[in-house]
Amino acid sequence: MRENSASSTDLLEHERPPAYVDPEIIAAEEKKWTPKKIALWVAISLVGAISWFMLAIVRGETVNGIWFVFAAVCSYLIAYRFYARYVEAKLANPDDRRATPAEYDADGKDYAATDRRVLYGHHFAAIAGAGPLVGPVLAAQMGFLPGTIWIIVGVIFAGAVQDYLVLFFSMRRGGRSLGQMAKEELGTVGGYAAILATLTIMIIITAILALVVVNALGESPWGVFSVGMTIPIALFMGVYLRYLRPGKVGEVSLIGFILLMVAIIAGGWVAETSWGAQYLTLDRVTLAWAVIIYGFVAAILPVWLLLAPRDYLSTFMKVGTIILLAVGIIVVRPEISVPAFSEFASRSDGPVWSGSLFPFLFVTIACGALSGFHALIASGTTPKMVEKERQVRFIGYGGMLMESFVAIMALVAAVTVDRGIYFAMNSAAGATGGTIEGAAAFVNSLGLTGVHVTPELLGETAQHVGEQSIVSRTGGAPTLAVGMATILHQMMPAFDLMSFWYHFAIMFEALFILTAVDAGTRVARFMLQDTLGNFFPRFNDHNWRLGAWLTTAIMVAGWGSILILGVTDPLGGINTFYPLFGIANQLLAAVALAVCLAIAANKGKFKYLWIIALPLVFDLVVTVVGSWQKIFSSNPKVGYWANHFAFKDALESGASSFGAAKTPAAMEAVLRNTMVQGTLSIIFVVLTLIVVLMAVLEVMRAAKGQQKETRENPYIESRIFAPAGLTATDAEKKLEKEWAEFYRKHPQEIAGSAGHSAH
Amino acid sequence: MNKIKEIISAIEWFTSGMLGGDKYQKYLAHHRQTGCDHAPMSEREFWRDYHRRLDENPGARCC
Repeated sequence: MRENSASSTDLLEHERPPAYVDPEIIAAEEKKWTPKKIALWVAISLVGAISWFMLAIVRGETVNGIWFVFAAVCSYLIAYRFYARYVEAKLANPDDRRATPAEYDADGKDYAATDRRVLYGHHFAAIAGAGPLVGPVLAAQMGFLPGTIWIIVGVIFAGAVQDYLVLFFSMRRGGRSLGQMAKEELGTVGGYAAILATLTIMIIITAILALVVVNALGESPWGVFSVGMTIPIALFMGVYLRYLRPGKVGEVSLIGFILLMVAIIAGGWVAETSWGAQYLTLDRVTLAWAVIIYGFVAAILPVWLLLAPRDYLSTFMKVGTIILLAVGIIVVRPEISVPAFSEFASRSDGPVWSGSLFPFLFVTIACGALSGFHALIASGTTPKMVEKERQVRFIGYGGMLMESFVAIMALVAAVTVDRGIYFAMNSAAGATGGTIEGAAAFVNSLGLTGVHVTPELLGETAQHVGEQSIVSRTGGAPTLAVGMATILHQMMPAFDLMSFWYHFAIMFEALFILTAVDAGTRVARFMLQDTLGNFFPRFNDHNWRLGAWLTTAIMVAGWGSILILGVTDPLGGINTFYPLFGIANQLLAAVALAVCLAIAANKGKFKYLWIIALPLVFDLVVTVVGSWQKIFSSNPKVGYWANHFAFKDALESGASSFGAAKTPAAMEAVLRNTMVQGTLSIIFVVLTLIVVLMAVLEVMRAAKGQQKETRENPYIESRIFAPAGLTATDAEKKLEKEWAEFYRKHPQEIAGSAGHSAH
Repeated sequence: MNKIKEIISAIEWFTSGMLGGDKYQKYLAHHRQTGCDHAPMSEREFWRDYHRRLDENPGARCC
């Protein structure tokens, strides 16, 4: 193909319109401030400023949920228009004359130029999972303001910058992965540390996501039935696509979606029957084993049978539900009575998660503000599908802004929940005793102003959402589901669908968590196989069944054992393990930013390194201080080891109960869990510091003038054109017309997204 | 009426692209454009091949 299009044989060279808008015209368009444009940006800034004022300064009894939406959207628009463009101009320098891998390596399969708007949706669906939904719910313990500020400011200066740069640099390198880029830029040590960090982080992330699902489904026959039904539904879809109607993805997704709705409704009936209540009310340990077995079986089944159809369902549900929630918040405009800063904002003994606001709020909300995991997606499929270099700002930076918006909506949904109910749902069973009376007594004893919850209210709420109990339903998902159900119910109260919406929300989260568990196990298995292949070449053969099963089993054992520790943890599991998840994700972000830093330094961009250094340093301070406290804090509520030794001393002194652990066996469980948590914290932080150190050395070497040669793929002239942003500018429209004319005359020349566009 | 049809087809186009349902069309477009002599894979063959490649390289889903 490349010879075909070499310029010497290009007979249409003189007819073909340019593949880019002249940079001078772009600059002129950007600089031209018409009165209409000025008015628009003044209006956006004003609305944004008023919204922030309402959230941060005005202290009324309540605050309206709509201000969150306006504050977020206006901030995003300003950041996208001004800061993202600044980052683009100073660090990336996209050049639309240059062909992207999707053009020069086009194979019609992995490498395929994709319309920017479609790719935006595709990339967003790949980066957004359960993380941005769960973190903000847990962070609501501190009040609404700290989380809101971090989600919005964090995404603008950290998360979106990381996603943008990783996507851009990977695209310039033919779509190379983060691990490969780390090896090239940081050398062997840095590279291996990065890969090892990725692997261990993947295990912990899979474990905690699974823990969220198990917590949401425990003692819930309705949830178990409807989420369980997703397996046969996905299998049916897989068979349908393979044997009955190959390629009819939209059609089968719609059928699957209808079946899902039926499964949710049927779950309500099943839970009412005596056999349903008897056989589907599962305790969390049983469910954890079910998820472990599912994870193993799913990961060794062929992709077409379970993973691919699940992906379609999960994407469908994800985008649909997010739009539904946005409409709900705008229509209902809920009044929020949670304070901006709660009593726990200045303390470190919150019942939902322990630790002070700094640094733990910033690790509790990872996804939505800054998520290292995105670097794996931004250096995976997306860079191979980008059509033009200047589109990366829209897809990378803009895609992350959308995820941040999802996090803001999750926060709004969580803070609409009555605070008494919130704390009853999110405090560990050790504190509440698992009963409505115990929970009410515990929450009322916290001394929170305006909070008084009665056992009756807790019982009623459970009944409304179709659950036996909502006490100590930790993990964030059930709380979000209550919030979402309330908003959606208020949007259409006539239908009386509260319990349906609750289980709809649970289903929506469980769906993509189970997909992430399956895919995460597969990816980790390949990483392990390739690593083992260095020592035992047989493992390099990916078709070797025994090897595949063995490595899959090792990976499942890895996250499965942490999951079991989590569900049996006397201290509540999520409360102690969630910070580890956040720290792991943020440390991966540090690795990604470190790689970007080294790349930018080798490009000689010293004057603008602060753009990367700013989020990197902040992220490092947060994670290292967080890890430090988790490792060295003498407060047993915060420090894993302090807790470990406190329990050890208690056990040695012959005590038979200590703190939340009521039996010697429970005390031993705490001993073991704190040991695992403490050890993992140390491993993560050491690996990351190695990577960052290598990056700093690289920057210093580059500063001395010993810049490495670029690892970018060579320049190839582009011969397709597409606009950069969501909408085309005047100059872009003009050029699009020229191309349409050219393709009309020479249909055999149609290439890029023009070959399969709707328009 | 035409406007509504246009909107529906735009939604279809976007959804199918986002789900990855248009992969075969993209493959055909690529095949057409490169002017290969051999016949393109059939739709069934293409999806089998696609899933075989996905088995080898599943790609992570985000948290």
